[in-house]
Order: sequence, then C-alpha cells, then structure tokens
Amino acid sequence: MNRYPAWLNGLIAVVVLIGLIYTIPNFFGESPAVQVTPAKATAKIDPALLEKVEAAFKKENIVLAGIMSDERGVKARFANTDTQLKAKDVLEANLGKDYTVALNLQSRSPDWLRNWFGAKPMYLGLDLRGGVHFLMQVDMKAVLKKSVEGYVSDFKSSLRKERIAYTRVSNEGQEIQVRFNSAAELEKAKTLIGKNYSNLTLTDTALGEEQVLKATLNLVEQKALQDAAIKQNIHTLHNRVNELGVAEPIIQQQGADRIVVQLPGVQDTAEAKRILGRTATLQVRMVTAHGMNNGARDYDQQKIDAAVNGTVPAGSELLKVRANKAGFEEPILVDKEVVFSGDNLTAADPRPDSQSGGTVISIRLDAKGATAMKLASKEGIKRRMAVVLIEKDQQEVLTAPEIQAELSSNFVITGMDNIQEAQELSLLMRAGALAAPMDIVEERTVGPSMGQENIKRGVHSTLWGFAAIALMMMIYYRAFGGVSVVALAVNLLLLVALLSMLQATLTLPGLAAIALALGMAIDANVLINERVREELRNGNTPQSAIHAGYDRAWDTILDSNVTTMIAGLALFMFGTGPVKGFAVVHVLGIITSMFSAVLVSRAIVNMIYGYRRKVTKLSVGQIFKA
Amino acid sequence: MELFRIKNDIPFMSYGRLTTAISLITFILAIFFLATRGLNFGVDFTGGTVMEVNYPQAADLDSIRKAVDSIGLKEATVQNFGSSKDVLIRLPAKSDVSVAKLSEQVKTALVAADAKAEVRRVEAVGAQVGNELYENGALALFFVVVGIMLYLWMRFEWRFALAAIIANMHDVVIILGFFAFFQWEFNLTVLAAVLAVLGYSVNESVVVFDRVRENFRKMRKATVVQVIDNAITRTMSRTVITHAMTQTMVGSMLFFGGEVLHNFALALTIGILFGIYSSVLVACPIAMWLGVSRANLIGDIDKDKKEKDGATNEKVVEPHPSDFA
Repeated sequence: MNRYPAWLNGLIAVVVLIGLIYTIPNFFGESPAVQVTPAKATAKIDPALLEKVEAAFKKENIVLAGIMSDERGVKARFANTDTQLKAKDVLEANLGKDYTVALNLQSRSPDWLRNWFGAKPMYLGLDLRGGVHFLMQVDMKAVLKKSVEGYVSDFKSSLRKERIAYTRVSNEGQEIQVRFNSAAELEKAKTLIGKNYSNLTLTDTALGEEQVLKATLNLVEQKALQDAAIKQNIHTLHNRVNELGVAEPIIQQQGADRIVVQLPGVQDTAEAKRILGRTATLQVRMVTAHGMNNGARDYDQQKIDAAVNGTVPAGSELLKVRANKAGFEEPILVDKEVVFSGDNLTAADPRPDSQSGGTVISIRLDAKGATAMKLASKEGIKRRMAVVLIEKDQQEVLTAPEIQAELSSNFVITGMDNIQEAQELSLLMRAGALAAPMDIVEERTVGPSMGQENIKRGVHSTLWGFAAIALMMMIYYRAFGGVSVVALAVNLLLLVALLSMLQATLTLPGLAAIALALGMAIDANVLINERVREELRNGNTPQSAIHAGYDRAWDTILDSNVTTMIAGLALFMFGTGPVKGFAVVHVLGIITSMFSAVLVSRAIVNMIYGYRRKVTKLSVGQIFKA
Repeated sequence: MELFRIKNDIPFMSYGRLTTAISLITFILAIFFLATRGLNFGVDFTGGTVMEVNYPQAADLDSIRKAVDSIGLKEATVQNFGSSKDVLIRLPAKSDVSVAKLSEQVKTALVAADAKAEVRRVEAVGAQVGNELYENGALALFFVVVGIMLYLWMRFEWRFALAAIIANMHDVVIILGFFAFFQWEFNLTVLAAVLAVLGYSVNESVVVFDRVRENFRKMRKATVVQVIDNAITRTMSRTVITHAMTQTMVGSMLFFGGEVLHNFALALTIGILFGIYSSVLVACPIAMWLGVSRANLIGDIDKDKKEKDGATNEKVVEPHPSDFA
C-alpha cells in the first residue's frame, strides 16, 4: 500500500531533473560582456554582423570567452573587465554609429544549457543588480491642448474664405471657441466646420449678446491621440536610451498615461535624466545655399564647394542630407536660426497622395509652429527648408524640400520615392519630437555595491534559515525529518528553476519570499509527521500509519495553502514593483511546496519503508504513549 | 524526542474569558496607538525622497545637514543608518519640484560638501504615486480579507469564517499597533509581510477547525467544549513546531537581511507570535460563542462523509480512548 506506481516515481524523477537543469545556470555567476545593438531602425542584426564583430576581435587579438547572437543583438563575453573595455573600444571604432556598444554582464553558464534547454539564470531586479528605475507621467492634458491649438488658424482661414463673420476665435484649454454676433452666422459656421472636421464635437451657447460655438475633440479622437502620444513617447525614449548604451533596458507602458523606464547598471543618474528628459531634437531651418540645380532659390555650387573645403559663411552650417537611393549625401548650407522645432510638431504621418499617386508626409503644427511656418514660407517661396534631426549631438538633414506655397499648420512634404521611405522619414521626424511632455514621478536608484550586498543578504537569510530548519527537523523527527529536509531542498530547487524558466524579475523582497516560502512550506511536512506519530500513538501499524498520516494531512495542507494563495494573488494584482516580485515568488512557492512536501516526501518514504516485508518501527522520533 | 507529552486535553475553553480579555486589551491598546501616534508611513505611501549615502569615514551629520539646508530643504531629516558611515536623508514631497530634480540637487550638494560621498540608494516617489500605492495597498488588504472569508465560508461554515477572520484581523491590527507604538517605518514591503501573515495565520485556524470538524464526527458523545479542547490539544504540537520553523527562517532574515528586510521580518515575527495565540485562543472561543455545534455541522458532515465514502479511504478509525479522557 505504500508504493507509488512506476509512472509516478518516474514523473517525480523527471520533474526534479528538469528542476536541476534550469537551476544550474544560477551557479555559474556572470562575466563581463559587451552587447552590440542597432542604434538606428535601418541597422540590422544578421550573421554578417556577427562575422564582422568576430573579425574585429581577431584583428586586435582580443580573446573571447564566448559569443552569441539573438534577436536583441550580438553579445560577447570576456575573461576580465580589462578585455571587456578594450573590446568595447575596438567595436566602437569598427562598427561606427549605426550600432550601440554597451557594457553588460553575462551568465557564464555553458552554452549547451542555453542552446538545448533555453536555461538561463534568474532575471535579477534593479535592487539586486543596481541601476535606475523611473516612472514617467505623460501629461495628457498638454497633448489634447496642443492638438486643438492648430485649429485656431484653420478655423479663421476657412471662415474667412466662406465669408462668415465671426468676432473672435480662441483656444480655451482643450476647447476652441468661436464667437459670432448673430445666430445665423453661427449656424453657417457650424455646418461648415461640421462638414470639414468629423473628429470634432460641436456645441453652441449664447453668452450675453454673443453666440459661442465650442469645438472639442470627440472621445474616440481623444483616446486615439493619447494612445499615439504614449506610443510615440515610448519610441522616443527607446532612441534616447540607445544613446545611453544600456544593455537591457525596459521601457513599458504602465496604466493609461505612464511609462516605466528601467536602466540596469546605469550609475550616472544625472546623465540619464538629462537624456531621457531632453525635449525636441528636431529642427526646421532654412537652407542658405545648395548645389542642386533644380530651380529652387539659393543655388550656389561655388559656396558649397568652398564650405566643403572649410570656408563656411557666418550664420550658416554645413550639413549633409541623408543618403538617397543612390547613396549620395548632398552637402548643404543651413541657417543656424531655427524656424520651429519638434516641440511644435503635432503629427507627421505618411499618406497616399491622390494627385501624384505617390506617398506624401502629412505634417501638422501647433499654433506657434504654424505662425513661424507662415512667416518663413511667405518670404521663402521657392527656397528650400531643411528638416534637421539631432541624434547623439550629430546633426543630419532628413530632407530638404522646396517651399511651394505659403504654408501654415497643415501641409505635406512630397517627393518620396516610395512608401517605405515615407514611413521611415515620418518615423524619424516623430522620433525627434516628444509627443507629450513627461515628468519623472518616481525614481529608485540602487548602486552596484548595494545590489551585490542585497543578493548576499537575501541568500544568507535563506541558507542559514534553511540550515537551522534542517537541523531542527532531523533532531525532532529523525528519518522522517530527514525526508522533510530533502523535500524542502527539492522545493527550493523547483522554485529557483521555475523562476529561471519564467524569467520573472527577482527582487530583494522576492528573495525574502523564497526564504518565507521555505519557512511556510515546512508546515506541510510537520503536519504529516505529526499525523504519522499520532496514528502510531493510536495503535496503528507502521505501514497504515504512513498511509493514514499522509492521507489525513492532505486535506489540511490543501486548505491552508489556498488561504495563503489568496493573499499572494491579491498582492500580485494590487502590488507594484518590489511587492509584485514578492507576490510572484510567494504564489510559485505555494505551488512547488504542494508538489515537494506531499509527492516528493511520500515517494522517499515509500522508497524507504514501502518495499520492506516487515516494518516494526518508524523513525519519526519518540512517540509518547499515554 | 517529543516535546508535547500531554495526557489529558487542556481545558482551553474554560480560559476563554481570560484569553479573550487579554486579546481585547492588546487590541484596544493597538487601536489607541494607531489613533494617537499613527503609522510612520514610508515614502512609498506619503511621497517624498529617501537617500542612502555612504562615506568612507564616519559621516559628519552637521555638515551634511548644512549642505542639504543650503539648497533650501529645511524639512529634511538627516540621520545615521546602520553604521556611522551610512547616512539616511529624508525629504518630504514637494509639489513644485519634480522628485527627479530634487534628488539630483541633493546629490550635487552632498558631493560638493564631500567629494567622497557615494549615493547608494535613492527612492523618490511623487505625492500622486504615493496616494495610489496607498489606495492599492488598502484594496489588496480588503481583497485578501473578503477572499479568505469566502473560502472559509465555502469550506466550513459562516461561524468559522467569521471567527477566523476576526482572529486574524486582530493580528493585523496588533502588528500595526506595534508599528505605531515604536514608530517603525511602514512601507510597501511591510505591507507585503502583513498580507502574507494574514494568509499564513488563517492556516492556523484552518488546521484547528479541520480538527474540530473531524472530532464532531468521531466524538459523538462529547460536548462542544470537549471537542474544541481536544482539537486544540491534539494540534498544539504541530502548531508550535511549525511556527518555530517559520520563525527560524524569519529570524534568519531579521539577522542577515539588512535594513531593507528588517521591518519586513519584524512584521512577520509579530504576526507569527500573535498568530499562534489568536488563531487558537481567539478564533475558537468566538466560534463557540457564535454557536458552533454538532447540529449546524451535521449537514456539512454528511456531505463530507459522502465525498469520503467515494474516495479510497473508506476506513473510519475508532477514536482512541485518550480522546475521551
């Protein structure tokens, strides 16, 4: 009766073996590494990149401890930090600015563990490996406000065109107000605006003598704008984090209007904040001279030649236009004065052009941008205008189209070769502009030495606690205590394996939860051992005492674990950051403890007692009989 | 070795009045301190900034205070932390300056005062975020209480559910009372500990209630008081050993876990100690006064028996004579 069927023993053995495989990578520690990731959307991760990296190392006689390539980039490990630093310099010199080279730590676990089983060490949270955590709040009010600003001049010009008499158009927060002297004019305007702008909700009220038409963005449009703003900000943050050269950054949306940025290993928080919080890096400036003889004003090949040779006129700068299809980078002289910047850009989207059949980029500007654009385009017809993106303090002209009319808040850039180019260009333009202002509302920084110390603290707590429990159990329950300790060790093994498999973030509270999970899991074994003793006390035979002990205890173990599970789930649902880390381990710990405390310990007990012909005594400590 | 050589059942229920009175007094004291002193909430809940700064030599608190004062942060507190080389600086949340800017200002001032200052940890939480964490914490507590009650109600009976939850809320209030009395910092990690304790010490009640139910089935002639006394006595060994084991682990955390885990482990310690007491000596008398009897468990027992009959274990063991001693 105390034998498990072969399949169950086999299953237990397999689970423990799997646990072992996924736990192993945690023991190898980490070695210094560099990680190469693309810095631009155009740079690719392909086998050629891997070859290029390897070749660069070979040329400079840099000894590798390992190299691999995955969807995130190419990673190379080294024996020590000196080699790592040298390797970084070599790569930076060889790969140019298309790729970011970041210092990193990488697991020393053998490649076959990763290749065959995908076994990786546990993913350590920032409090264990050091780094910065920022929670950024996106100002959605500002997004909505900015998006309606552009309508002021639009309304004015379309009302004027239709000869509708208004007294004033103004921008009141997230609302545009148009005032009229007569209700008839208001009705006309309402029809006109309603026809042209389906994304606006219009209401009218009388304010004393005046009739007021109020226009706000409808809810669908507001939602779409907010989603776009978050997405845009995340995209921009990605670009900026690339600039910092962080190996494994996390940038995620949290809730409706927040973004979490986690930068492992970053120590210079001031620099990180400066780069993350930087405003527009997109500038629109007038072209002062160019060498393209296509009818645009300011064609002056001599000036360009002189500038290329080092004589740049005062007030101008020599920049290069992004390479065209043929790979030609046109040199161009650009005014230092900025017409408007990315701040004023509210949208840049590719859309098909009905006239030419090609793709154009549709641009929207806010009120300030519109005014500036109007002024510049009025006296600048037939001049070229450069859209400059500043990335890593490098200026690059994205495009330099010719102005063909007096423009305001809404216009298009034509001349795209194909839809891909239009998409890429609009992406780059948006990247230069933050869609919405952001503010850091939470910051958590942990230094690297502190992280090491926290690991030590967590591990020491667990191990010493475990040792003490093991000793007490074995003294008090003898062989059954020993079995409980083995079951507890299996529990620890499985918990670590599960955390490694899921790559759940392990924080210091998470480490505490591992310790606590063990401290609580022993409850199941104490329950069982006490039950076995009691059955013996009641005069049962050893074999039936084992059987009844495990059976009876099971109900209680299940009940008590469910209540613990409820607490764990609540923590998981409502907790954030470190508390969530605690909750994950807490819940997983309950699952592994049910398995190990009941199945594993029973299997071992069966192994010891189940196959003996005659058992006269169980080693479960002294039994007191009344 | 066996620590619990108990011949006769201990008449716990006859001490009911005494134990409940003790509980009531500690409970009222805890409420009193919570009301008068309040909890010392950490920056997680109040918003604000905490910075841990390390110096290679013993830190000069006065010059650090001066440095912090120089950027107009008069409300800042500066104190030693762990050792004389470690300093903890606390700044309240300010609505006009972003938390990120504030910590950078302080950092600059500290390095200007002493170039060897190393900022090891910064926790800066905006007031709004603090409010949300507070609300989520309260929500989590509510969810746990309701969840556990529903489960116990389903599994046992409403009298048990109510008794268990009263007993365990009493633990939570006492933990909070300790934190209020000693003004220990109450942060997110401590909240996690409190909720974990809530789940854990309900276990205790569950184990005893399981026994009570089982006894009602086996001890047909015994009175309710005898049934409960027997259940508590028989589970006492397990209760004490289990808690000793868990407390060993928590003690290890208290000892090795450093400052970050210190309050976490403290909350667990108080929770475990009072958990033993309350889940046995508070939950059972309450269940008894709420009128738990064989009669209102009969339906429950029959249902349970049917389930049991279907299972492999059909044997009903005769109670040992000592059960009726």
